[in-house]
Amino acid sequence: MDLQIALLLGQDGIVNGAIYALLALALVLVFTVTRVIFIPQGEFVAYGALTLAAFQAGKTPGTLWLMLGAGVLVALIDTFKAVRSGSLVRLKRIVLWDLVLPGAVAGLVLWLEPGRLPLAAQVVLALAIVVPLGPMIYRLAYQPLAGASVLVLLIVSVAVHWALVGLGLLFFGAEGSRTTPFSDAQFNLGMLTINGQTLWVLGASAALIVALYLFFGRSLYGKALRATAINRVGARLMGISTTMAGKLTFTLAAMIGALSGILVAPITTVYYDTGFLVGLKGFVAAIIAGLVSYPLAAAGAILVGLLEAFSSFWASAFKEVIVFTLIIPVLIWRSLTSHHVEEEE
Amino acid sequence: MKIKTIVAALLSAGVATLAFADINVGVLVSATGPAASLGIPEKNTFALMPTTIAGEKVKYIVLDDASDTTTAVKNTRKLLTEDKVDVIIGSTITPNSLAMVDIVAEAETPMISMAASARIVEPVDAKRRWVFKTPQNDVQMSTAITEHMSNSGVKTVAFIGFADAYGEGWWQEFSKIAEVRKLKMVASERFNRADTSVTGQVLKLMSTNPDAILIAGSGTPAALPQKALKEKGYKGRIYQTHGVANNDFLRVCGRDCEGTFLPAGPVLVAAQLPDTNPVKKTALNYIAKYEKAHGPGSVSTFGAHAWDAGLLLANAIPVALKKGKPGSKEFRLGLRDALEATNNLYAAHGVYSMTATDHLGLDQRSRVMVKIEGGKWVVQK
Repeated sequence: MDLQIALLLGQDGIVNGAIYALLALALVLVFTVTRVIFIPQGEFVAYGALTLAAFQAGKTPGTLWLMLGAGVLVALIDTFKAVRSGSLVRLKRIVLWDLVLPGAVAGLVLWLEPGRLPLAAQVVLALAIVVPLGPMIYRLAYQPLAGASVLVLLIVSVAVHWALVGLGLLFFGAEGSRTTPFSDAQFNLGMLTINGQTLWVLGASAALIVALYLFFGRSLYGKALRATAINRVGARLMGISTTMAGKLTFTLAAMIGALSGILVAPITTVYYDTGFLVGLKGFVAAIIAGLVSYPLAAAGAILVGLLEAFSSFWASAFKEVIVFTLIIPVLIWRSLTSHHVEEEE
Repeated sequence: MKIKTIVAALLSAGVATLAFADINVGVLVSATGPAASLGIPEKNTFALMPTTIAGEKVKYIVLDDASDTTTAVKNTRKLLTEDKVDVIIGSTITPNSLAMVDIVAEAETPMISMAASARIVEPVDAKRRWVFKTPQNDVQMSTAITEHMSNSGVKTVAFIGFADAYGEGWWQEFSKIAEVRKLKMVASERFNRADTSVTGQVLKLMSTNPDAILIAGSGTPAALPQKALKEKGYKGRIYQTHGVANNDFLRVCGRDCEGTFLPAGPVLVAAQLPDTNPVKKTALNYIAKYEKAHGPGSVSTFGAHAWDAGLLLANAIPVALKKGKPGSKEFRLGLRDALEATNNLYAAHGVYSMTATDHLGLDQRSRVMVKIEGGKWVVQK
């Protein structure tokens, strides 16, 4: 082990850590606002990456039909509820959000043949397909149970995870895909060679974290989410809709997940079930942060990334064991130091 | 998934009662889960198999085991007790096939596995009497690689394989044979199918400066170490195993796989084989059938293992019919004896000649060395 190897491993660890950091942030966000341990977070990584890969292979991704189908389902349920409660004013919004917009995205994708578009347009279209799945899944799976215990919500998460993995196999097949890199540039820094894609991952992660920081600190919606996270009942008394908060949270989580997938797809092969393991490592980072602190989650993610890189050098057969065993000392340390009181349910 | 299995079970149960005297073939494939890329082409292949053999109707009852050993055992019992099958073909992967050996032996029903490990049929004992398999053993492929390595002047070899039974099996077989061939193993690393980075392992391999590196993985995940090696500037030879022999691997690996060597079943390069090769005709026949149903370029070597199992069966059924009626104990025993007596059967992956001690029956004609050139598989003389 010399300095060059250490530097290369460090670089690798930080790039992977940046992706884990994004996922850890999404997990913390979803948990604090809705108390859902969002196991399907990783599926958005795979869906984002594979949707983009499907564009580049000149195919129509199956996620398009999933989004349309989920939209129709949500529209049916909401219309039924609206008609029964006699508030027909809501119909207009239901039709717009669940039918017209997904339909417009689908029309655009089918009409444009995204394979020939520039990469930026492909990324936007892939996001437009995958991100709406977030609020739709919230509406279908979690909203009817929003008041249930953390355990029930966790069980629902497991179910949603398996459903999405199964659909992923159906849509994309068992083999993996890669996408073309955002840039082919290479920079030589002393002993190190840095790829353009590496800089993209780091830059986009940092930009996203800053954007989230501004969103939560400055915007009204961000403050509403924070209020819900701190005290659900209090936030509701102040006129913040928990349903709105839930949908917004899941939209953000889906966006972060899909974007992570799109960032990571050029540097690794993504499979229909890749997301789970990546998401799980984000989860380890989120646990380090006790599922509440954003900066700690980001730091934990970098730690996980570095630990993974260096253990893959010294003991590759035990890499996953080492990474996941990290949870045990962290949990011991946390239970000894923190005086965390469970929220009464 | 569950509803699908129930419906499939109901349907097959209904069919089984309606057509009592038909020959029932139970098929178990890993069409979902980690081995799905192997199991799906196998599953597709069963739809192409003959539905009448020697004047008897043949029913294929296909179940999925989700690449999971417990499900494989459960579904094997279901096939044996509910569908009363005469023979079982499956499963796709070694752990599942090994777990099924006890069950089929107990039920005295022959089984043809489509998994790689030699342990499934060796040694032939009281239980393995009932078990046969079609894919080449790891040992046969390992000898092909070591032979090619020492012929081209390789002295030191580094190894990186899956951190599972596949990688472990290759490491054991390959390191044993390499020693005999005076090849020095300088490093041995593992990676996971779902890994997003193998930088650490690759740097460690390269720090030992080997003449050649063997990557033991299956399907597209095996492209990850290869891409990392090229990116970090490795200049030596790279060998892959026959687990990567499908077109998705070429698609994902792209130009980083140029010049890679691997051993493979002849079906992969059937069109390039000389006309004198006995396997050429039978392999091309399978490819034509499969591509007619699933589009050009869709064929993979894994589906051909299933096809060969079907050929073995079609060869054995006429003999077994003389011993007893389908559904009877005598028929199953007759089938077992006929499978063991398979002699010079030309199939897609080679020529099968089984004996009481060899329940695979493949020889040197079952493998060729292949090089990846210009994004295509090119057979080596």
